[in-house]
Amino acid sequence: MVNEKPTIVVVGNGMVGYKFCEKLVSKTDAYQVIVFGDEPRPAYDRVHLSEYFSGKTADDLLMNTLDWYSENNISLHLNDPVQEINPEAKTVHSLKGEVIKYDYLVLATGSSAFVPDIPGVEKEGVFVYRTIEDLELISAYAKNAKNGAVMGGGLLGLEAAKALIDLGLNETHVIEFAPRLMPRQIDQPGSTMLQMKLKELGLQIHLNKSTSEIAGEGKITALNFADDSSLPVDMLVISAGIRPRDELAKLAGLHVGNRGGIVVNEMMQTSDPSIFAIGECALHEGMIYGLVAPGYEMAEVVVSKITGGEREFHGFDMSTKLKLIGVDVASFGDPFINEPDCRTIALEDTSKGIYKRINITKDGKSLLGGVLIGDAEDYNMLLQTVKNNIALPPNPEDLILGTRGGESTEGGAGVMNLPEEALICSCESITKGAICCKVRDEGITTVDGIKKATKAGTGCGGCIPMVKDLVIGTMKEQGMYVKNVLCEHFDYSRQELMDLIKMNNVRSYDEALDHYGRGDGCEVCKPAVAAILSSLWNDLIVKQQPIQDSNDRYLANIQKGGTYSVVPRIPGGEITPEKLIVIGQVAQKYNLYTKITGGQRIDLFGAHVNDLPAIWEELIDAGFESGHAYGKSLRTVKSCVGSTWCRFGLQDSVSFAIEVEERYKGIRSPHKLKGGVSGCIRECAEAQAKDFGIIATEKGWNLYVCGNGGSKPQHAQLIAADVDKETCIKYLDRFLMFYIKTADPLARTATWLNKMEGGLSYLKNVVVNDSLGIGEQLEEEIQHLINSYHCEWTEVVRNPELRKQFSHFVNAPEEKDPTIEFDSMREQIKAKEW
Amino acid sequence: MEAETTTDIKWVLACYASDVPENGGACVKYEEEQIAVFNFTRRGEWFATQNLCPHKQQMVLSRGMIGSTGEECEPKVACPFHKKTFSLISGECLSGDEYQIKTYPVKLEGDKVYIGIRSTT
Ligand SMILES: Cc1cc2nc3c(=O)[nH]c(=O)nc-3n(C[C@H](O)[C@H](O)[C@H](O)COP(=O)(O)OP(=O)(O)OC[C@H]3O[C@@H](n4cnc5c(N)ncnc54)[C@H](O)[C@@H]3O)c2cc1C
Ligand code: SF4
Ligand code: SF4
Ligand code: FES
Repeated sequence: MVNEKPTIVVVGNGMVGYKFCEKLVSKTDAYQVIVFGDEPRPAYDRVHLSEYFSGKTADDLLMNTLDWYSENNISLHLNDPVQEINPEAKTVHSLKGEVIKYDYLVLATGSSAFVPDIPGVEKEGVFVYRTIEDLELISAYAKNAKNGAVMGGGLLGLEAAKALIDLGLNETHVIEFAPRLMPRQIDQPGSTMLQMKLKELGLQIHLNKSTSEIAGEGKITALNFADDSSLPVDMLVISAGIRPRDELAKLAGLHVGNRGGIVVNEMMQTSDPSIFAIGECALHEGMIYGLVAPGYEMAEVVVSKITGGEREFHGFDMSTKLKLIGVDVASFGDPFINEPDCRTIALEDTSKGIYKRINITKDGKSLLGGVLIGDAEDYNMLLQTVKNNIALPPNPEDLILGTRGGESTEGGAGVMNLPEEALICSCESITKGAICCKVRDEGITTVDGIKKATKAGTGCGGCIPMVKDLVIGTMKEQGMYVKNVLCEHFDYSRQELMDLIKMNNVRSYDEALDHYGRGDGCEVCKPAVAAILSSLWNDLIVKQQPIQDSNDRYLANIQKGGTYSVVPRIPGGEITPEKLIVIGQVAQKYNLYTKITGGQRIDLFGAHVNDLPAIWEELIDAGFESGHAYGKSLRTVKSCVGSTWCRFGLQDSVSFAIEVEERYKGIRSPHKLKGGVSGCIRECAEAQAKDFGIIATEKGWNLYVCGNGGSKPQHAQLIAADVDKETCIKYLDRFLMFYIKTADPLARTATWLNKMEGGLSYLKNVVVNDSLGIGEQLEEEIQHLINSYHCEWTEVVRNPELRKQFSHFVNAPEEKDPTIEFDSMREQIKAKEW
Repeated sequence: MEAETTTDIKWVLACYASDVPENGGACVKYEEEQIAVFNFTRRGEWFATQNLCPHKQQMVLSRGMIGSTGEECEPKVACPFHKKTFSLISGECLSGDEYQIKTYPVKLEGDKVYIGIRSTT
């Protein structure tokens, strides 16, 4: 091959080496690029490595496909580490014997896990946590292990511990030498809070422990500590820090730091000006940067240098936000600065496991840094406040006291006040200006669009909420954004569309699209319109088949692996022994997994689509009805046993729950609805965590609305006290219909209330005091829906045409999907891992 | 797409038009493959893709919702699991991920729906 282009050799195909190539080829094709990688596969996303345990495959994690390298004329030598550099001759020599002459050499060799010199580290069952191969070894070994430990309670150690928990070990221990967890990122009270939360999640934490020996015959059986204590374990993951891979550079006579790392200047040049070092192997002003964002910036600096630009590297903000085993942890700016050099405001809520600290200047004007544990929702905005030196409000504590009244500080206005040059995505160094410009000048109005156009949000993804707010904020500024439109096909909000559909008696999706929309619809507007149509007309849902969510379409919830779950209604959670037996028999016959749900009914999982009609036929013959678990509609009304059996019971909560569940069953709503009825204030039915909750009092019933469990728990609020049953139902009628008519698609009642102008007092006025004068109308409308109730499954089971739709192959209706497989667990089936 | 002129297409009878719901999809078994056929009534067009969603390897695309996106009204299907969307024409993933699914040509003769299988030589 004749090649006159100057050559750049890249050593290391990790995240930063890859990013260098990507940035280079997007700017110029004037160079021949040759990459050597030690690992067997092309660069992958090490930051999200742990997701390998939660279902991502090695392919999912790849930064780019092999085709990408060839399309960009990058020759990639995998599994072939460079073994020697000859700076005089400007050549590199690889293990497989390649000798390449370079014009520029870029070292992106990253780092390896640091393994301390403790007797026994070579034993079987001792691992590090750095590459996909490490994870494969760990996961294979964990199959036969009961107890595991991680040495090191830093960021990576805790991630490794999470992996061990996920792998199903009985006990997972974390051994930390320092007196607290994550000593480099967070302060003492923050560590204490984190430790408390992690303990709750089943992690056993040992601080101030120095390991003296890894004991065992050939393979590890225990850890012995300097204080003469010992801990029996079957496996150990060492995560005691990283060591920059500078051996190659050292061998070539380049300057390296005393404690490792290839010394570079602000242009990322090593002591040989044609050799650069970037990423975790580079030592800049005495500092190794163990995060991707600074590595990407270093890559940008080298590309700039090579292509004649002037970008320089001057340190990098080490702020981080992560979710460790489900606990938010963030530190930003200077987290450790203390009084008297600053003023510190801290908030600690041990019951919720939240700790927040901010450090502000003594004059109270600007933010210096801080730590957030347990709730890091405000991280992005706080970080921007530090970086852009934005003036603080008169009561800076508001910054962490958080979101009273529902308006989040991250919401629209906040981000729009940032300066144009504020860095929003630090992984890809994209500024606010760059994002807003795409919205203003190119009319890009979706987060996906921005991701494609700028790459913002494609790294760690932490900035996506801000990108979204910026898009919406800019649209508003431009007058582009007038209202919450449904999607690109309809310029109306859900409520407006509902009014139009109702006023004009529209009966089908296509009709709606023809009159009020454009294009061919999508997965957002189809189910939204379907829900509107059924909320208005309560037509049989299967008649609208292809505009339904897959769940609605098959009247069952699709589960991992492509099978469905079957959920018969069990009103109020009350069931006869005869019916219980039928459920058991059906489950046995069709090989289904059974589980009691949080809503007091029984789910049957693992049904083939072909079997659904037959299963339902048997259930219906035994007197069951559809549980509507697949639809956006009433799920269950949970009840406690109440005055019929309970010695504290004030009223008959079960009967009331059954009555309410029967009343509203099957009605389609913007999102699912859950209810609860408790027989006294002890609240065994957890009614206050539901969309509506009813609690018995001495004199009658209290009605609570807009509560929520799930990921954002919120207590329901009282709107009527000591009312009788009839009044309670009247208010419920009005409340539910008002919600159905005015909420955005997929807004639960809690979200709907949080966004409502006037909040609870307004809602109470509408429902209880009938301030809008629509009370009667709401009651009539819901009565119409109640009267047109039908069990969707009964209709399918009785109708051969509808039954036919429940097959996997159109051209082989009898045949089931042969790709469906199950594992087994505790004597039942379980969906195969994806 | 340029390959079309050089490779042979074998037309396989997949099903009858009335078997596939309007503006919806169905799954066809062809040898060991599963192919999703879509009856895009609104556009008067038929499309076919692999039934396997590349995201989590789920055999479900035929149960996804179809629609269109953008100025050009690019027809697409959304996987019911995590709503990744794919172009029905190019098979490209439209939600910003690097996935690619196979697409097949479809032709209609009366009520018979044929899927074109490119022979790999
Ligand atoms: C489990 C885990 C979680 C993490 N989480 C985060 C996080 O949440 N946020 C964050 O910012 N960072 C995180 N990091 C750190 C981040 O992954 C690293 O900062 C980043 O990968 C560094 O990129 P790099 O290219 O410098 O090094 P690497 O990704 O290590 O790549 C270096 C590559 O060079 C190869 N190599 C070495 N020597 C040679 C040679 N002589 N010849 C050829 N090839 C060679 C290596 O095999 C390797 O493939 C995490 C790391 C791990 C392990
Ligand atoms: S809520 Fe009251 S009535 Fe119901 S079970 Fe609990 S204690 Fe008994
Ligand atoms: S909490 Fe709900 S959504 Fe999450 S895994 Fe459990 S069942 Fe699924
Ligand atoms: S399996 Fe299709 S989008 Fe996840």
